[in-house]
Amino acid sequence: MAESDFAPWNDPEAKPLIQFKGVTKRFGDFTAIDDLTQDIYEREFFALLGPSGCGKTTLMRMLAGFEEPTEGQILLNGVDIGHVPPNKRAVNMMFQSYALFPHLSVYDNIAFGLRREKKPKDEVHARVKEMLRLTRLERFAQRKPHQISGGQRQRVALARSLAKAPKLLLLDEPLGALDKKLREETQFELMDIQEKTGTTFIIVTHDQEEAMTVASRVAVMDEGRIVQVATPDVIYEAPNSVYVADFIGDVNLIRGTARLRPAQAATEAAAPPPEQASPETTPAAPVAKEAAAKTDGPQPNPLGRALHDRILSPIFGTWLEEEPRRLPPPSAAETAKTPAAETPATPAHPQDIPPGGLEIDWSEGQPALLAANGDPALDGEKVVLALRPEKLGIAKTRPDAPNTLKGKVIDIAYLGNISTYHVEIEGGVMVKAQAANTRRISRRDITWEDEVWLSFTATAGVILKDE
Amino acid sequence: MRRFSWFNATSLTLGFAFLYLPMILLVVYSFNESRLVTVWAGFSTKWYGELLQNEEFLDAAWVTLKVAFFSSTIATVLGTMAAYVMIRAGRFPGRTLFSGMIYAPLVMPEVITGLSLLLLFIGIGLDRGVLTVVLAHTTFSMCYVSVVVSSRLSTFDQALEEAALDLGASPFESFTLITLPIIAPAVISGWLLAFTLSLDDLVIASFTTGPGATTLPIKVFSAVRLGVSPEINALSTLLISIVTVGVITASLVSKRAAVQRRREEQAAQRTA
Repeated sequence: MAESDFAPWNDPEAKPLIQFKGVTKRFGDFTAIDDLTQDIYEREFFALLGPSGCGKTTLMRMLAGFEEPTEGQILLNGVDIGHVPPNKRAVNMMFQSYALFPHLSVYDNIAFGLRREKKPKDEVHARVKEMLRLTRLERFAQRKPHQISGGQRQRVALARSLAKAPKLLLLDEPLGALDKKLREETQFELMDIQEKTGTTFIIVTHDQEEAMTVASRVAVMDEGRIVQVATPDVIYEAPNSVYVADFIGDVNLIRGTARLRPAQAATEAAAPPPEQASPETTPAAPVAKEAAAKTDGPQPNPLGRALHDRILSPIFGTWLEEEPRRLPPPSAAETAKTPAAETPATPAHPQDIPPGGLEIDWSEGQPALLAANGDPALDGEKVVLALRPEKLGIAKTRPDAPNTLKGKVIDIAYLGNISTYHVEIEGGVMVKAQAANTRRISRRDITWEDEVWLSFTATAGVILKDE
Repeated sequence: MRRFSWFNATSLTLGFAFLYLPMILLVVYSFNESRLVTVWAGFSTKWYGELLQNEEFLDAAWVTLKVAFFSSTIATVLGTMAAYVMIRAGRFPGRTLFSGMIYAPLVMPEVITGLSLLLLFIGIGLDRGVLTVVLAHTTFSMCYVSVVVSSRLSTFDQALEEAALDLGASPFESFTLITLPIIAPAVISGWLLAFTLSLDDLVIASFTTGPGATTLPIKVFSAVRLGVSPEINALSTLLISIVTVGVITASLVSKRAAVQRRREEQAAQRTA
């Protein structure tokens, strides 16, 4: 995904448009939103993603004014709007059911909000015309909502909610009622309109693909809390928990125990190429190294870190700043070779594996899996190696790769452009591997019941603490 | 399609006969030449003519229409408000009791309603007349209106009101501009129901009426006690035909609207 330079959340000077400060919402005994704090910036396309009942809709309804927070503040441009009624805030909402007024024409639906402001007639007319043009609905202005199709209704709802030029537009599952093809088209239309109008959009959805497509940042929610907020690529490539990794996309979870990998052993054993020897090009452990580079003062060693995380912080609170999740820089090994697909893997020599990180003992009698990007602080912990299926290579002969797993093909899901192989590896664990179908299907050499080798690089997976 | 068996035919005939034979007799005898209701003496429309000359009947009809119009209008306003509160207010202490009390007059014996209203009017020193009948009819027809309107409101998408508020309408504007136009058909049928109930009420009206406020049912009832006259047959026939024409027109209009709407929806899907 192409990354634009738009990232106000990384700019300490930027003033957030919306601030949630310790917001809690209870319905009787049920806590829908649990002490939530989050900033949202101007011109953002912010997605709230989560399963049903996670509190995302409640959060949105509080922004619209249909629910009042039980505790905490919601600031819009620095002003607390927590208890302002919905008709008195500069926030508009596009409803899941569209909520078009059935007795009014498309034109009158769009004009409804403007007329409530007692604006002069010609001004209302000009604005409605502009909205009709923006959403390509000019031909349907005089129709009633039941006289237009679902996709057109969706655009009327959007035009109506944008007509008053709100500071913030809330979209509640806006594309849920459309079929797949129309939904994909509309996603791009939404992004286009968001860019043209410069409005801040907050979208609520349970469709992770939709969130990843449209949003500048995605907040994954669970049980009234935001579990992770990050750009779509970080959410996908560097989830901060098993929950996020599992919720977004397809993932293989391999459970095991982490063991610290000697930082220098690998590089000393094999004679490394000279450019890899310099510490700038082969960061020992990208995440940990960056943390060290960013923060002044001494950093805790793994033992100290474990002491802090496990024993002291539950009692005294956290005083070590959590490093925000970011994408690991591409390692030399990853950039050097093309990912192993069905074709025999390009020979990767053991010395290409960056040093440091963790080894994971995941099954009795199996060689440990190497994870050069593992956080050394997780030494000795129960961990989960989260591996995306497309990062696994599948081949009939054993490739020369840092991590290889032997298994048997149980099932093949043919999706046209790609195939997903369900492979049972030794120990009975099912692993999914995806390969692009670059050849005609008749020439595919892997079939059911075949013995295959799965391979992945030392930085392909993400090491997460087991929950 | 299954064969039309003799059993089906018989039950249909019996059922309709049970429902409509009395009315057919009444209509047929309204065209009777003879003054005696039970003896047929040839076709004539003279009783219709005599009916139009009868000042008392015309006065009573006028009073009845006035009472029905005002009581059903007040009942519609109050009943709609009650229904709106019941559906929208959500949970509050005593909600079940409140909703039960709205519907209680539906099953209350009319004699009791009539008697209690009479005692109330005497108690507060209100002279019985058109006003008291209007008040009494409002009381009992209001709950019918609220039943009709609340059944429509319960299927009303609340997001529509939220959308109106969200777009800057005050709660009052959102009710008058959005909710009311959408539930209007239910409100109108509630009004019609209240109107009909008021038209044919005898018991409550006779408890609460006074001099100069004789409604048509009271007039008919007292006239019949002196002997059934073919004039009353003629009057009843007129009422039946008015009601029949009204019902058929209403159902034709609504059916045509539904067909039109379905056609437009299909057209919208095709051009999409």
